[in-house]
Amino acid sequence: MKRKWLALGLSAVMVSGLAACGGGAASSTAPAAESTKAESTAPAAESTKAESTAAAEGTTSTLNIYCWNEEFKTRLEDHYPGYEKIDATHGKIGDVAVNFNITPNTDNAYQNNLDETLLNMDSAAADSKIDMFLVEADYALKYVDTDYTMNVKDLGITDEDISKQYKYTQDIVTDSNGNLKGLSWQGCPGVLIYNREAAKEVFGSDDPATVQEYVKDWDTFAKTADTLKEKGYNILSSVNDSYRVFSNNVSGKWVQDGKIVVDPALVNWVDNSKALVEKEETGTHALWSDDWSKGFYPDGKVFCYFGPAWMIDFSMAADTEGSIANAGGWGATVGPQGFFWGGTWICAAKDTDNADLIKDIMLKLTCDDEVMKEIVTKDNDFVNNKPVMEAMAKDESYGDAVLGGQNALAMFCEGADKIDLSNLSNYDQGCNEEFQNAMKNYFEGGMSYEEALNLFYKAVVEKYPELSY
Amino acid sequence: MNKVKRGKVVSYNRWGYIFLIPFVVVYVVFQLIPLCSTVYNSFFENYRSGLTQIGPNFVGLGNYQKLLSDGDIWQYLKNTMIMWVMGFVPQIVVSLLLGAWFSDPSLRLKGQRFFKTVIYLPNLIMASAFSMLFFTLFADTGPVNSILLQTGVISKAYKFMSHIWSTRTLVAFMNFIMWFGNTTILLMAGMMGIDTSLYEAAQVDGATATQIFYKITLPLLRPILIYVMVTSLIGGLQMFDVPQILTNGTGDPGRTSMTLIMFLNKHLFSKNYGMGGALSVLLFIITGVLSLIVFRMSGDNNKDGR
Repeated sequence: MKRKWLALGLSAVMVSGLAACGGGAASSTAPAAESTKAESTAPAAESTKAESTAAAEGTTSTLNIYCWNEEFKTRLEDHYPGYEKIDATHGKIGDVAVNFNITPNTDNAYQNNLDETLLNMDSAAADSKIDMFLVEADYALKYVDTDYTMNVKDLGITDEDISKQYKYTQDIVTDSNGNLKGLSWQGCPGVLIYNREAAKEVFGSDDPATVQEYVKDWDTFAKTADTLKEKGYNILSSVNDSYRVFSNNVSGKWVQDGKIVVDPALVNWVDNSKALVEKEETGTHALWSDDWSKGFYPDGKVFCYFGPAWMIDFSMAADTEGSIANAGGWGATVGPQGFFWGGTWICAAKDTDNADLIKDIMLKLTCDDEVMKEIVTKDNDFVNNKPVMEAMAKDESYGDAVLGGQNALAMFCEGADKIDLSNLSNYDQGCNEEFQNAMKNYFEGGMSYEEALNLFYKAVVEKYPELSY
Repeated sequence: MNKVKRGKVVSYNRWGYIFLIPFVVVYVVFQLIPLCSTVYNSFFENYRSGLTQIGPNFVGLGNYQKLLSDGDIWQYLKNTMIMWVMGFVPQIVVSLLLGAWFSDPSLRLKGQRFFKTVIYLPNLIMASAFSMLFFTLFADTGPVNSILLQTGVISKAYKFMSHIWSTRTLVAFMNFIMWFGNTTILLMAGMMGIDTSLYEAAQVDGATATQIFYKITLPLLRPILIYVMVTSLIGGLQMFDVPQILTNGTGDPGRTSMTLIMFLNKHLFSKNYGMGGALSVLLFIITGVLSLIVFRMSGDNNKDGR
């Protein structure tokens, strides 16, 4: 009898052991699967090592910057006076060591890392404490609306300093009490970026004004898609390309009184996209996937993308031989509706020990006319400085090589004035992502619209358990 | 038996307990305590919204109720089991065949070592890397589609990731490729443990190779087969990395390739320890029940066989 119990007990231990052990394996593969997370620990580990070496070189303190790609780093390296590069993620400004903690955005890894860092800030040592971090519009409010970000005014930046910036860039990072919590050097109004070769072939001209006639509203856009199909071109690479054009023109927030609301503009997106997919005039793949970027090359046979200035220069394979961008084969026109995409804001973390330096970085990169002009000419970015941009828009000598020398700044300026961000909410990122994921099933014919909508609600509630539908 | 002898046995037992301490300590710290805290957590509402922590508030069985009333969990269990079976059946067949060939001395296969290494190699690649590779290979404009298009097998790119069965087949195929080498090695070890005199006796009696395989190898291999079955079942229930990467975490199309652990992972976005805990406990119960069924089956067979 005793032996039987013992045997049973042991086998129970074994089963639970296997289960728990398996569970452990699963959770350990989770970060590995995210792969980005694994990378995130690497720089962290490096940074501690580098701190000690930096300290040895006679620096007095460390500026820790959290971001998700190289963009801000190159801006700082290229345009901040006095920045000395040490290696890929380290630099020096005067006697302050600069440390970049770069965690890619994939699978939310950047925010997970940032959340943990901010929540554990009080127990961190002064030199490893987070000083500065970057956020995007989709989730800016999540950080801005807390005490973890510093008021820009408390850094010593006055209203006059930032008077030249576009208003919308400040609205995004203003918390619910009306305090400005971050600044951006970029404006991100978007345009329709079209393939000049294709335009010449199909419409007989690649002049922006002519092309605009073919894409001036969504009905014309759909008709043009048919014409392009006959010549073998897809009008868009993926349905997700036009998503932001619709989602920026919504009439209400994603979440109202704790309920998820699907805006009529998004229903329009679904209907338009479904029609395009059924006629095989576009694909359904995710943005940034390999399938999506095939259109950056002539063989991809994609007529247009929707994107802001940073995308034209930063993301369309301009450095790769044989791409359309490399040959200057893109053109820009306004497109059916105005929209914006992305943008990066600089926030100062509370209790930073380098407030003066952060103030200076913010002033130099986001308010200084000379530095900002330099960013436009060198990187073709659209900077957050109205007078500078308007002057540049009239400058005949300026042109973007990727756009075949076209000066598209006037279009961007016009777009930036029109951007309205009153309908942003804390939940935008999750909702936008899951809406696109769920609707993909509808577009591909695996589900009805109602089923896809249901799937969307389910996925959002998993992400934000406090919501209902 | 007298008392003196008994005392000696007890003193030896003491050493046994001492040697068990490292295992027990590791087990308690790394498995028993997390196990109990998971159960404890499952009774609370406890998650993070943005940077604000909500809870922990005691909700009793609320999390379980929510999970079970949604009913999605059964769909995910079904997905998991389907993909496991689709991978396991070819895996066990191929492994038995290879194991039998490798362990058969009369075949004198050349280059055994080489092949044993090669079939094990896929298991050395990280599952996520392997999955990423397949994702790229089978993308809408990936190499597999362009080969099929150019050879004229299909006239239009086949969207592997947009059809229920092609996605599931890919997942099952990857699991098969990754694990059949491991299973082969296990089964081969079992087969080599079988007394060769039995084979010789059967050959003398004029048994064919098929008869030998079914009447001698398979019955004597049963304990190893059951071990393979149980470990593979538990591994299969915890299938995660391959479908997660292949479908970008969505379990598309329409969550038909979402496994239980992928569902668990979904709750980690909001650090939802309550729901995550409840799901883990349910998973634990399911695993326990299924393992018990397999265990029972083996017990009955032992009675009949001997």
